Amino acid sequence: MPPMKNPAYIVGAFEHPTRKAEDKSTAQLHAEVAYGALQDAGLTASDIDGYFCAGDAPGMGGLSMLDYMGLTKIRHYDTTESGGSSYVIHVGHAVEAIIAGKCNVALITLAGRPRAEGMQTGTAVRSTGVGVPDEPFELPYARTIATMHANVASRHMYEFGTTSEQLAWVKVAASTHAQYNPHAMLPKVVTVEDVVNSPMVADPLHRLDCCVISDGGGALIVARPEIAATLKRPKVGVKGWGEAYKHQNAGGIDLTYSAAAFSGPMAFGKAGVKPADIKYASIYDSFTISVILQLEDLGFCEKGKAGAFVQDGGLISGVGKLPFNTDGGGLCNNHPSNRGGMTKVIEAVRQSRGEAHPKVQVPNPDLVLANGKGGSLGTRHGCGTVILERE
Amino acid sequence: MATQAFDRTPQCPGETPDNKVVLEGYKAGKFLLGKCKDTGKLFHYPRHVSPFTLSNNVEFVEARGTGEIYSYSVARGKEPFCVAYVKLDEGPTVLTNIIECDLDALKVGLKVKLKFRNSDGDVPVPMFVLA
Repeated sequence: MPPMKNPAYIVGAFEHPTRKAEDKSTAQLHAEVAYGALQDAGLTASDIDGYFCAGDAPGMGGLSMLDYMGLTKIRHYDTTESGGSSYVIHVGHAVEAIIAGKCNVALITLAGRPRAEGMQTGTAVRSTGVGVPDEPFELPYARTIATMHANVASRHMYEFGTTSEQLAWVKVAASTHAQYNPHAMLPKVVTVEDVVNSPMVADPLHRLDCCVISDGGGALIVARPEIAATLKRPKVGVKGWGEAYKHQNAGGIDLTYSAAAFSGPMAFGKAGVKPADIKYASIYDSFTISVILQLEDLGFCEKGKAGAFVQDGGLISGVGKLPFNTDGGGLCNNHPSNRGGMTKVIEAVRQSRGEAHPKVQVPNPDLVLANGKGGSLGTRHGCGTVILERE
Repeated sequence: MATQAFDRTPQCPGETPDNKVVLEGYKAGKFLLGKCKDTGKLFHYPRHVSPFTLSNNVEFVEARGTGEIYSYSVARGKEPFCVAYVKLDEGPTVLTNIIECDLDALKVGLKVKLKFRNSDGDVPVPMFVLA
């Protein structure tokens, strides 16, 4: 057995190719991505003894999905829910469960079909449930995902002089990568002018500052080193992981940072590496402004300087300092179930394995990062960060 | 360019045992904040639990209703309106709408003052107009 350096490995990853699943149920999509990840890993369903899912899984926690998929050997189960960041956090939890001896092979699934269901994800006033204590103080103001992220952008522009053109560069980079992804929902390369001239959705965010609404899903298999060593796929170790949560802080609102300001340093601390060591980063891109905050919070640039960091192709593979979202990200490729954390990890795994599209594959991807953000950046959200090492 | 804010009728805030006293305050034209009596600190949204100490040693105090725009966005569409955070002069920053304004002339830092607007139910909603 080769020497294994990390406490656990991502041995399987699969992204569903569909972007509009009119003919498939959410449960079906979960099962299809689980099967895809098992095939990728070279494992079978009977190897799975840990299951992780979040609020997109139909039924109580993961119970209905365990039943549907026929998983009978589960001895560790985790339904941590923090929106789109859940699956990045699940990777860290799976590593910890493996370290603790609670499971050997963990399956993480995400799936959903908001596009087929006609959901207005960003622009409809949405409640998150019954008895939610903050909602009587928010729903009367008809806040949406879009207007709350736009509030974040408004404050960033005010404090740091960030411009709409700088935000647009995030989309330009994503679209430059998406042209090579045959599954991308928006494969057309766009310019800064295209973005700033697209219709205003929520000042200062334009239509092309917003991610797509798509169906599909993804799955990951995390396994202990002894099992990873027996498999044929490239060895992608989980070297660092972290999670953090941010809210309105009793009215002490500060929209200039995300919870990645805490999950990032946790992950870097565990990994014993620095932002400058990272060759590729998957950054949650629900909106262009989301990427700006996370780049700063993860330490890729100083607070307030991400506008300058991304302009002139700073995030474009082969051009910029930090290639990001080489699948096209949520802005152009896919945002299944309105939850982008899973696809962030999957593209980081592709990069780590050297299996991204040749036009966007980074050289020597020894260390890559994925960051997820879930909930609303302007109100309450959670962030998960993972750092992956290619062995 | 000028775009007048659409006179939107807000959804009535849902009453709970926790926020009943606050919504009663709204009906009486009072914009209430929470005050933690352990620390003396104000908070929003108001509730019967201190977000500073987790104790129930709290009271509700009336805000002066003045502040400035901390951040804002205009929801575009046929009926455009502004969703903003307003930093109150007492300290807490609150989610709200800026109403009766030219949406194209809004800026972070503008001074605002409280104005209640009738909702689709029996509780009026605290909002802000330019001061």
